Amino acid sequence: MTIAFEPDVLDMLCPMHLMLDGQGVITHIGPTTQKLRPDMSLIGMRFLDAFTVMRPRGITTLDQLRNARHLKLHLEMAGVPPARLKGVLVSSGQNSAIVNLSFGISIVDGVRDYALTNADFAATDLAIEMLYLVEAKTAAMESSRKLNLRLQGAKLAAEEQAFTDTLTGLKNRRALDQVLERLLTINAAFAVMHIDLDYFKAVNDTLGHAAGDHVLQVVAKAMIEETRTTDTVARVGGDEFTVILPDVRDINVLDRIGRRIIGRIEVPIPFNNSLCEISASIGTVWIQGGNSATRETVMEDADLALYASKNDGRARQTFYTPELRKTANSLMPPTGRGIKRP
Amino acid sequence: MHGLINRSFQNYMCDSYGKDAWLDVTARAGVSTIEFEAMLVYDDAVTPAILNAMGEVLRRKRGELMEDIGAYLVSHPNTEAVRRLLRFGGMKFEDFLHSLDDLPDRARMAVGDLHLPAIELHNHEEGHYSLICDSPLTGFGHLMMGVLRVMADDYGALVLLDLEESGEGKETVSIRLIKTDFADGREFELGARAL
Repeated sequence: MTIAFEPDVLDMLCPMHLMLDGQGVITHIGPTTQKLRPDMSLIGMRFLDAFTVMRPRGITTLDQLRNARHLKLHLEMAGVPPARLKGVLVSSGQNSAIVNLSFGISIVDGVRDYALTNADFAATDLAIEMLYLVEAKTAAMESSRKLNLRLQGAKLAAEEQAFTDTLTGLKNRRALDQVLERLLTINAAFAVMHIDLDYFKAVNDTLGHAAGDHVLQVVAKAMIEETRTTDTVARVGGDEFTVILPDVRDINVLDRIGRRIIGRIEVPIPFNNSLCEISASIGTVWIQGGNSATRETVMEDADLALYASKNDGRARQTFYTPELRKTANSLMPPTGRGIKRP
Repeated sequence: MHGLINRSFQNYMCDSYGKDAWLDVTARAGVSTIEFEAMLVYDDAVTPAILNAMGEVLRRKRGELMEDIGAYLVSHPNTEAVRRLLRFGGMKFEDFLHSLDDLPDRARMAVGDLHLPAIELHNHEEGHYSLICDSPLTGFGHLMMGVLRVMADDYGALVLLDLEESGEGKETVSIRLIKTDFADGREFELGARAL
């Protein structure tokens, strides 16, 4: 059965359609179809001159087009701007046919390019809802993207401002620098111990990083236990630690703390079925207040003392004295925390 | 309450009265958040606290304040996206009015966890409507009245608006549409983008 529609019915139900006669010539177009090419007289043109069928491929004759009825057609409309449309062709009796068109996924561009309004779409068409959704989702997405950027920035800032070494829970270099700066500013009497683990590299190399990390955690715990709560224990490098001890009135106190720390670190640490045996070298500088020490000189002095401990056979504590500087100048390359010691 | 709602109040304060006024509001409200994130959800108690504090800082009654916020939401250049999304509701002011019933669903389609207060449009005799607003937020009807006032202008329609408090947290905006094509209204292109 064939039902013939009056053109105005189709204009209302599918405003983006075309009617073709038996020769494939356009006899009527919907109001929205005309909006795509306001300056083009589509009526009277052959459909296949006005549109190229991109898919299914190879449709160049009217018979081929008729055979493709009911199939989804990918069309390109002649003229500018380029318009890629979806379409479907149905017969409407006596060889005539109706082609209905749609923008498909390019609806957003289509509406912009041809300045279409709600009235250009059928009342049941979801085009407007689609546009609404695209716009609303874009706004929501943009908002989420901004939130993500802000959170990422905040995370970086928090990491930068962190005072804790994540592996050991000790303070980090940033925290250490602050404590040191404060003590120097108030001309306090205090001591700085540089502690470098001996034979740690061997643990890492033979038992792996998991063992190394475990050793660092055990050592960190030991250092906390062997120092006072007022002291600051920081991990400042791979296997390098620094302890700041405020209120030190007697060098013997430092000597005892150093011995205890080395003693604890030398206790073999079980890991899986192995024992990790390490030790520690310590370089200590005692600042008795009122002198012109700076953060740099204090660290350098402690480094020199540590170097002396390493040179003297490790597993010991050396106190900084100005004489070390002379020896250092003649024997050693310039020291620095970044340089790996033998 | 959804961050988008709190953020709207924050933007209203900052855009209309400046950042300091907003900081004053957060301090009075006793909330720890001074910058609401549009895409997060906040405790329900925060929103009324913020609105009360805004009333104190601006020395304005809740209804008056809410109407002003409603007008801000659809007229300020910084909130152009809201106006555009509402204009999707229809070509004419009447279409727009009828689309308001769908507003909470539309909002949820865009932002899944955004729950707008329920609103219901009733059509009485020719050109007379009432919009029933059911919200835990006191003054939501006033806010909608502010929105409607500006949107009527936007569509070029002439309307008379009035608010009736019907108790049980329900506020009803009475809308009398005098003339649909009173003025030219503001341009709205479907294909343009506010963003």
